[in-house]
Amino acid sequence: MAKVVFKVGDDVSTDIIYPGRFMATVLPTETPQYAFVDYPEFNAKIKKNEFPKGSIIAAGKNFGCGSSREQAASCLKGPDFVVVARNFSRIFMQNAINLGLRMVICPTIEANEGDELEITAEQVVNRTSGKSFPLIPMPKARQAIIDAGGLIPFTRKLVLAAKGKG
Amino acid sequence: MGMTMVEKILARASGQSAVKAGDVVEPLVDLAMSHENGALVINQFNEIYKDTGLEARVWDPSRIAIIFDHRVPAESSKTAGNQKKIRDFVARQGITKFHDIRGDGGGICHQILPEFGYVRPGKVVVGTDSHTTSHGALGAFSFGIGATEMAAVWALGRVLNVEVPGTIKVVCEGKFKRHVAPKDLILHLVGKLSAEGANFKVIEFHGPAIDSMPTSGRLVICNMTVEAGATSGIVPPDAETLRYLKEEAGVTEVPELFGPDADAVYDQVITINVSKLQPQIACPHTVDNVKPIKAVLGVRINQIVIGSCTNGRLDDLAIAAKILKGRKVAKGTRMLIFPASTRIYLQALKKGYVATFMEAGAVVMNSGCGPCLGVHQGALADGDVALATTNRNFKGRMGNPNAEVYLCSPAVAAASAITGVITDPRKRGE
Ligand code: SF4
Repeated sequence: MAKVVFKVGDDVSTDIIYPGRFMATVLPTETPQYAFVDYPEFNAKIKKNEFPKGSIIAAGKNFGCGSSREQAASCLKGPDFVVVARNFSRIFMQNAINLGLRMVICPTIEANEGDELEITAEQVVNRTSGKSFPLIPMPKARQAIIDAGGLIPFTRKLVLAAKGKG
Repeated sequence: MGMTMVEKILARASGQSAVKAGDVVEPLVDLAMSHENGALVINQFNEIYKDTGLEARVWDPSRIAIIFDHRVPAESSKTAGNQKKIRDFVARQGITKFHDIRGDGGGICHQILPEFGYVRPGKVVVGTDSHTTSHGALGAFSFGIGATEMAAVWALGRVLNVEVPGTIKVVCEGKFKRHVAPKDLILHLVGKLSAEGANFKVIEFHGPAIDSMPTSGRLVICNMTVEAGATSGIVPPDAETLRYLKEEAGVTEVPELFGPDADAVYDQVITINVSKLQPQIACPHTVDNVKPIKAVLGVRINQIVIGSCTNGRLDDLAIAAKILKGRKVAKGTRMLIFPASTRIYLQALKKGYVATFMEAGAVVMNSGCGPCLGVHQGALADGDVALATTNRNFKGRMGNPNAEVYLCSPAVAAASAITGVITDPRKRGE
C-alpha cells in the first residue's frame, strides 16, 4: 500500500513535470531536483527526500504530453514514484518503461491526495474510499523491457548476443 | 487487406510482406536524429556497453544526424559543456550529418533534415524530439523517441518493440482563403481531436488542399500532429515531394514513391473543408484550446514571436514581411523573429525581409529554437502575454509559468504586431 502524495489533472505536460529551462541538466541522478519545480511545495519535499519509495502521483488523462525530454521520466524515477494515471502520452510512457519508472494505467481512477492505494495485477484499490478501479496491463512487448529492468540492460543483452554470434 | 502508408513503410523496414495495426515490429532505422539532448543519449549509449568488454561504436555513423538548435549559441557553461561532449563524440564516431553553431548550415533540426535532403519518402526516421513528426511531410514514417531509446538505436540500428500504429485519415477539401494557412488547418484539427485524440495513432493527410500545398505547409501540419498525441503525421509523397527534394534539398537521385493501398483500413476518417476555415488561435494553456480568431480579437500582446520548426520558413517570413512593410510594431509590444535555418535567414536577407522587419521595429534573431522553449532568448515576465507561430503554449513554455502564450499563423502574428492586440489579418486589407 502507498500514499497519494500529489494529485494533478489532465494533460500534464513535460513542461510542467520538468520545465525546458532545466534541460541542460541531463543526468538521471541530477534531474529530480527540478521535478515539478514550478510547484515549489511539492518540489521542496522531493528535494528533502520526504517521500517513501513507491509514493504515488495520481494523474488524469494524457500524463506526460508534449516534449520527448526524458528528464520528465528520470526526475520521477529518482525518488521512485509510481504514477497512476487515466492514460499516458506515448513518448512519456515509452521513456518511463525504458528507465524503469513504474506506471499504472487506470482509466477510471479516483483518488485524492492522502488516499492510500493498493495496486494489484488487475486493479487499483483505493483503501481510503473503499472503491476499486480496473487497470490496463502493459502491452506484452513492453513488459519484456520492464522485466529486464529497463532498456539499457535489455539492449546490453542484445548487443552481447550479437557479438557472441558474430 | 490493404495497408496504410505507415503499415507499408513498417512492413518494408522490418522485412515482412505485410503488417497491420497492433503488430509488434522492429524496423530498421534510416535516419536517427538528435540535438543537444544527444549529450544524454551519449551517456545512455555508454551505459549499454559498460562492463561488456565491447567498444561502444554506433551502428552506422552516416545514418546519425545531430543538430545544435535548442540553445544556440550556448546560454550557459553547462550547455556549452554538453555541446562540447557531443562534438567530441561526433569526431570520434565519424558522424557526418553534424550541424554545429554556424551561420552556414545551421538551424532547427526539423528544418535542417528536409533542407539537406536527409529525409526520403518511405524511410523510417526517429528523433529525440517530439516534433520529429514533421518529416512525415516528405512521406517518411518519422517519430519522436526518448534518449535511452535512441541509445538503443545507435547500438542496434533498429527500434525495438514498435507497435504498428493505427491511422486516422484526414481528407482536406477545398482551397485556403486569403490569410488562412496550413497552421490554421492543423490548429483546427488539434482542437477537434483534442490533445490526446490521436494518441498512439498516425494522421495520414489527403485531399486537394494537401495536393496543392507546398512541402513547407505539409511540414507545418505534420509538425503539429503530435499536439493531438499522434505518433506521427504523414503525407503520401507526390510530384511536389519530388520537386522539393530536387529543387530545394538538392537531392539528385529519384526516390521510389508509394502511397497507401486503396483498400487500406483506417481507424477513423475525418473530412475538413479548408475553404470554410477562419484563422485559428490556440489559447492558454493547452494547444487544443483552439478558438476561431473572432473569439479573442483585441487581446493585448506583449511579445510576438515568428519562427520555430512550425512557422519559421521562407513563406512564413514572406507573409509577415508583406504585412509589416512600411509599418511599425506597436509601442508596448516586442516582436522577435527567428528564421528556422541560416539558409532561410540568408534568403530572407536577400529578399529584403530582414530589413523590413528591422525597420518595423522587430528583432531578428539567430536561427534556432530561441523563445519557443523559453530557455535563453525571449523569456516572458510574470503576467506577460505572448502570441507566437510556435507549436506549444503549455504553462511554463517560453520560460515562465506565470505568463500566457497564444498560438497562431504568421499572418495573424504580423497583423497583431502592428496593433499590439490580436488582430484578424483579413480585416486590414493587406
Ligand atoms: S523550435 Fe520549438 S518545438 Fe521546434 S524543435 Fe525547437 S524547441 Fe522544439
